[in-house]
Amino acid sequence: MLAASGMTTESRPILDVRGLRKSFGSTEVLKGIDFRLAPRELAFIIGPSGSGKSTFLRCCNRLEEPSGGSIHVDGTDIMAPGVDINAVRRHIGMVFQSFNLYPHMTALGNVTLALRLAAHIPRAEAVDLGRTALARVGLADKERAYPGELSGGQQQRVAIARALALEPRIVLFDEPTSALDPELVGSVLQVMRDLREAGMTMLVVSHELQFARAAADRVVFMEGGVIVEEGPPAQIFGDPQHARTREFVARIDGHH
Amino acid sequence: MDRFLFTFFNAEVMAEYLPNILSGMWVTTYLAAFVIVTGLSLGLVLAVLRSALSQKMPAPLSWLTGALRLSLIFYVDLMRSVPPLVLIVLFYYGLPALGLDIAGLGATWLALSLVLSAFAEEIYWAGLISVARGQWEAARSTGLSFLQTLIYVILPQAVRLAIPPLTNRTIAITKGTALGQVVAVQEILYQAYSGLSFSYNPSPLTLGALAYLALFLPIVIVGRWIETRFAWRR
Repeated sequence: MLAASGMTTESRPILDVRGLRKSFGSTEVLKGIDFRLAPRELAFIIGPSGSGKSTFLRCCNRLEEPSGGSIHVDGTDIMAPGVDINAVRRHIGMVFQSFNLYPHMTALGNVTLALRLAAHIPRAEAVDLGRTALARVGLADKERAYPGELSGGQQQRVAIARALALEPRIVLFDEPTSALDPELVGSVLQVMRDLREAGMTMLVVSHELQFARAAADRVVFMEGGVIVEEGPPAQIFGDPQHARTREFVARIDGHH
Repeated sequence: MDRFLFTFFNAEVMAEYLPNILSGMWVTTYLAAFVIVTGLSLGLVLAVLRSALSQKMPAPLSWLTGALRLSLIFYVDLMRSVPPLVLIVLFYYGLPALGLDIAGLGATWLALSLVLSAFAEEIYWAGLISVARGQWEAARSTGLSFLQTLIYVILPQAVRLAIPPLTNRTIAITKGTALGQVVAVQEILYQAYSGLSFSYNPSPLTLGALAYLALFLPIVIVGRWIETRFAWRR
């Protein structure tokens, strides 16, 4: 469904967002977002709550229906009329704040469900791919465990494996560590670091500024439904150009 | 005491009407089975339909789905408010007038199935909407369709929540097969009652009560077993 990846040039962005708008009723949450993400890039979106960062992320696979603008993922216009949105979503991984694992399935069941039903991969092969994905997040020994038997950090890693198993072009992370106890955050960040090493394209909404400093290629500061400022972490954290960015960074850093 | 035994546990009368009661048990059994199967499946179909009709749609289509959803809810509320006996009598006398020939058995089956479907729909629906929204989002984000998400992710969780109230309601409504007696369905109560009128002795009713116990006590026990069976760790 997505344009032939053999044709992909390194310069073409994986994610290309132009003039994205989103309103809930009369409230405009996104007021024209322009954003491009290159292959293998890891971008961090920061901003106060209500700035629209999660809504932006959720528009990228149309969990929220955009009100205007355009979004291309790996060359495919995901808002084109008649686009097969399920086929598009298979190539866009998403990781949620509250994990959202299926409680009635084992870890392996969670990871293989979409492989079998959406990607139509035969069961035996799906199981192999599922085990590989679980091994990638360090949970090869937990394939038979139900979500209720796993710690929060382990659950989130299964959720990451669920997204990875489909071999996505990009993974969207929506506050992946916000629901975790502090001592469990590290294991999830480690998996994200490994993914970055492996060259995965990632867009992350998170408050883990330490991690952003160390691992992000680019940090995007959003407020009031617009991108106020973006740049390399050194610039955003060390030498922000906008007063509002300075204020936000100072306030967040105070908490750490 | 002798008089009590003679009235309610008259062995002679009981022996005479036992074959009738047994044949009534058979009628009650298959009538109840049919009501359970049609009522619970129709209820599930209605709940799934309601879920599909509640999806966000673009404007002209949304009027149609909205209207369908409202008529579905109207049907459910209607069936929940009318006493089953009224429906049975209505179908028995009303449908033939409309050119649809229906026996007492058919009328009872239809009425109880519709009533059970309405209650079951509400119970399934409550289960469906109590499954966290994140479950939908996670499944859809991996490329599963609406129907796949519903069948593989949402329904298993919803049904588990629905099972205890569903068991209770199913038992309550299948006991309503006794209402078929008024339209000459030859189930347990009908047999017991005609036994009473022929013998002038209520012992057939005692036998009938025992027959109901023999039929429904296992169902209650199975219901309890199903409840524990479906309570998995969260």
